[in-house]
This record gives sequence, C-alpha cells and structure tokens, in this order.
Amino acid sequence: MSRETDTFLSAEQAAHVKERANWIRRQALLMAHRAGQGHPGGDMSAADILATLYFGVMRIDPAVPDAPGRDRFVMSKGHCTGALYSALARAGFFPVEELKTYLQPGSRLNGHPNRTYLPGVETNTGPLGHGLPVAVGIAVAGQIDAADYHVFALTGDGELQEGSMWEAAMFAGHRRLGNLTAIVDRNGLQQGATTEDTNALEPLADKWRAFGWEVAEVDGHDVAALLSVLAIPAVRRARPLCVIARTTKGRGVSFMENQAGWHHGTPSDAQLAQALAELDAELQA
Amino acid sequence: MSAAVPATGMFDCRNAYVETLEALAGEDSRIVAVVNDSIGSSKLGKFHERFPERLINVGIAEQNMVGVGAGLANGGKVPFVSGAACFLTGRALEQIKADCAYSNANVKLCGISSGVAYGELGATHHSIEDLAWLRAMKGLTIIVPSDPWETAEAIRWAAAHQGPVFIRISRMPVPALPRPADARFEIGKAELLRDGGDVAVVTCGTLVHHALAAADILAAEGIEARVLNMATIAPFDVEAVVAAAGTGGIVTAEEHVVRGGLGGAVAECVVAERPVPVRILGFPGFLPTGSAEWLMEQHGLSAAGIAQAARDLVARRG
Repeated sequence: MSRETDTFLSAEQAAHVKERANWIRRQALLMAHRAGQGHPGGDMSAADILATLYFGVMRIDPAVPDAPGRDRFVMSKGHCTGALYSALARAGFFPVEELKTYLQPGSRLNGHPNRTYLPGVETNTGPLGHGLPVAVGIAVAGQIDAADYHVFALTGDGELQEGSMWEAAMFAGHRRLGNLTAIVDRNGLQQGATTEDTNALEPLADKWRAFGWEVAEVDGHDVAALLSVLAIPAVRRARPLCVIARTTKGRGVSFMENQAGWHHGTPSDAQLAQALAELDAELQA
Repeated sequence: MSAAVPATGMFDCRNAYVETLEALAGEDSRIVAVVNDSIGSSKLGKFHERFPERLINVGIAEQNMVGVGAGLANGGKVPFVSGAACFLTGRALEQIKADCAYSNANVKLCGISSGVAYGELGATHHSIEDLAWLRAMKGLTIIVPSDPWETAEAIRWAAAHQGPVFIRISRMPVPALPRPADARFEIGKAELLRDGGDVAVVTCGTLVHHALAAADILAAEGIEARVLNMATIAPFDVEAVVAAAGTGGIVTAEEHVVRGGLGGAVAECVVAERPVPVRILGFPGFLPTGSAEWLMEQHGLSAAGIAQAARDLVARRG
C-alpha cells in the first residue's frame, strides 16, 4: 500500500470508514452491557477517529502485527478499550467472536490494553499520560532510521492535565518529529465534569503550537475531514502534527451524548436496545 | 559531591559502563543511549561524540525519558536509559512499571550514582529506596554490580537479553574483586566469593569488598564466614540463600534502607525455606548530609561493622 493511495479520498472510502465506526460503537456498547463495566462515553467519542486510522489511514498487516515498517497506533487514553478492541478485531488482529470475552476472567481483553497478550497493542496503557511519551520514542526511532512508518497517538483531553504529556510534547517539537501525529479526543468532559471547569485546557491549539507542533482542528465525527487531515502527505511534514478532534462524549446515542455520567457506565437492556436502534437508524440515514 | 578520581587500584564503575556501552554500540547499531541532561554524570560524552545520532537527550524529564525508552524499544532499538538513580526510579516509577516491566519492553535502565554516592547532597539525592520499589515489579531484572568487571558483564548481558533490566551503578571507587580467571557472570546466580561454615554474609554492589575484608577480620578470630555476592536481586537465587542459611545465620549488607531491599529478599527466602537469624545492615530511613563513606560507617556498612554483626550472630548462637 503506498502513501499516495492513502491520500486519495473518495466518498466511497468515507462510507467504508463510517460503516466501521458505527460497528465499533455497536460492539463497544454490547461489550459494556455484557461485562457490566466499561467506558462507553469515551468509546463513542473515539469511534470515528479509530475507524479512520484503522480502515482509512494506517498501513498495518494483522498477519504480521510486529512488522518493523508498520504504522503504529498508541492508545494513550487506555481506558477506551471497548472502541480499541472492536477496531482491532474488525481489522483482523484477533477473532471478532473474542469480543464476547471482554473483562471475563482470564480474557486477553483486559480493562486496559496489554501488548503481551493481544496482537496490535503497541504498549500497555491505562494510567494516563503514558502513551504520548512512548509514541514519541517510537517516532525518534523512526527518525534515526529514516524509516517511513508513521506514529499516531490518541489522547484524551482530560489526559492533557498530566505533566508527562507536555514533557513529551516539548521534546517532540524540539526533535521536529514530522512522523508523529497526536490526536486529542476533545470531547470536553473528564470523569466528573467538564475539562474547563476542572483544570482548563484552553487555549489548547495555542499550547501545542507553542510547543512546536502544527495544529489542525477538525470535527472528530466527520470522517471525510478526519481522513483528509490524518492521511500522510507524500512529503513528510517538518514538524509533529496535533489534530484537535472536536467530539461529543457518548456520540451517536442520544441519552449518552455530553453526559459525564457515561464516562463509566453500563447500559441496561432497554437502554442497549434504544442505543442500537439509534445506531441502526444512523447507518440507514 | 566527592571527586570521581579513582585512587590507586580503585575504579569508578561508570567508566566500565560507558566503555562497554560504546564497544557494544560499535558492533550493534540498534544500541542507543537516552539521558535526562545527564551526559556528564553518566559519562556519556565520548559516546555522544562517536554516535551523535544515537544519544537522545530528553532534557530534565524523567517520565518522558522512560516512556521514550519504551518507544525506542518498540521501534527496534536497544535503549540504555541513564540518569541519576534517585530520579530515574522515583520520578518515573509508574513509567518503569507500565511502559517497561508490564509491557515487557526491551529497555535497559541504568541508575547512576546510586545508593548514597551523592551523600552530601542529602536525602532527595540518595537512591536508597529503589530496590524495594523495583523488586516488587515482576518481569524486571535487577542487577547491582560490584566492580568494573561485573559492571561490564552486566551491561553485555543486558544488551543481549530481550526484556526490561535495571542496573544500579555507583560512582564510588571500588577495587576490582579477586576472581578466578574462568569466572563467568551468571544472571540470577549468587557468586560464592569465599566459602565458610560459621556464618554467611550476603551483599551486593559497593559493599562486596567490605564484606570480603570483614571475612578476613573474622578469619583472624577463628570465624569462617561465607561471602556471597548477590549481584542479581531479581530473579533471586533462592538456592544459594537457603544453602547459606545452613551456616546458622546470615548478615546482609547493602546501600539501601533495611526495608525491602536485598535484606528483605533474603529474609523472605529464609522465612519460607530455612528459618535462621538474619541481621539486615542498611539505612534506617532518610539520612543527614555527609560523605558516602561517613554515612556507611555510621550504619555499620564497613568491614568492621559487617564483622561485628557477624560476630554477634555467631555469639548469640553460642
């Protein structure tokens, strides 16, 4: 797969990604419902970003998950495993059927991703503030080797309250890591309240720019927009890119949207039925 | 800060570390060094001159440094992450746990100026809790070399090993230990430096030569002390400790607090397998300022102090 084909966008490609984002949402809800635990608000928020990366942008081969030249994805917001595992299963890293074991005793589908169990996971995350530094390290390795793989890290927005994220951001800017893209899932909510009421992040784009990054702001649920900003240009960028993806926590399920309470949570039988019906309707639309 | 100039016949193990690393880097292009503004204190100046692209200085940011190390390993590198042991372990403890040990990342963490090497700088700069912190993490190999030969062997072993390793390197001058010509570094195995059946001294790092001197003092009094160099703290050589318990009593000595370090590991073994008295020599907690030698002397971590502890154990047994 060449980079040139990745940058060729079409309505067909966007539809392909959208179908998978919808599927990821459905699976994440089913997983949380079955397990009685999960982070469905953040899963819904990140679904379009994950679908865009796994089904529209990244060069990966699930048959050779450790191929040295693969593009890397680091899930810095490691609690959103409902969405991550669904994307990995759909991409072919493990059987879709295995999603049913989510959080069951001894399952490879741990509450937070583990690379030693599960192919496709690049580093173990869960505690916040870890993924971006690791992504920076991978990008430095690629820079030293003049390799052409690209590194993507998806961070939460609340996660940016961790100092280690800014240690990593500062160093990535200093090293001019053009092979690194950080995507901020900017849904505005952290566990208990809005980010701005808790420890405000704005002006967020200015902060990244001040650290030496290029910044793009997009609607994080507009797949065509995500595709165009995340596709790797034929000519490598001179600086790392931060994509601030404006998203809605709980997106796609009316009663979850923008509700901090759905950070953790489990849909009841009736809520699950309603949520799946709404997602079906969206897909038909 | 004490001068790092070695006395006659004494060595700064940092030199063995960097010379070995440089030699290995010349043979293996995957080897990179990662530092936190510590090129000088890690003595990596020559490495930097020789391999400028392969020295990654993240600045004063230990959490990022360890995360970057894990990322470099993911990208196929063999990173040696060096920084003052107190900050490398304390500041980035969760990164060592999640990014290195739990992720089984191929990262080599080198804690420099460990123990009380920075004696005069005070308790913030002493690294005397690190073994307790790290020993609790499964999957992390922990090595505390005692002299230049063992330091070089540990670095070579770590470079060849696939998985996370912590190596605790001092800056205090130590002699090269007497060893047979065919001595081999074996990970996870205690080194029997001196046999004896009356009492055993289990130690590591900068205290090994003091333990040997203590055994000389004891021998002059008719007490034969076995001396074990326990350079590998994890995985731990249970068998050697159980055999040492056969002498009837064990003294441990380490540049660490008495809780949770080498002495703790020995005590865990002995209690489970062959209960005998264990006297743990180490520090009680946060220490005042003072040279490393003074601090060790004050806490019985000298040849005379180790000998006294052993003598007491033997006398107690009657």
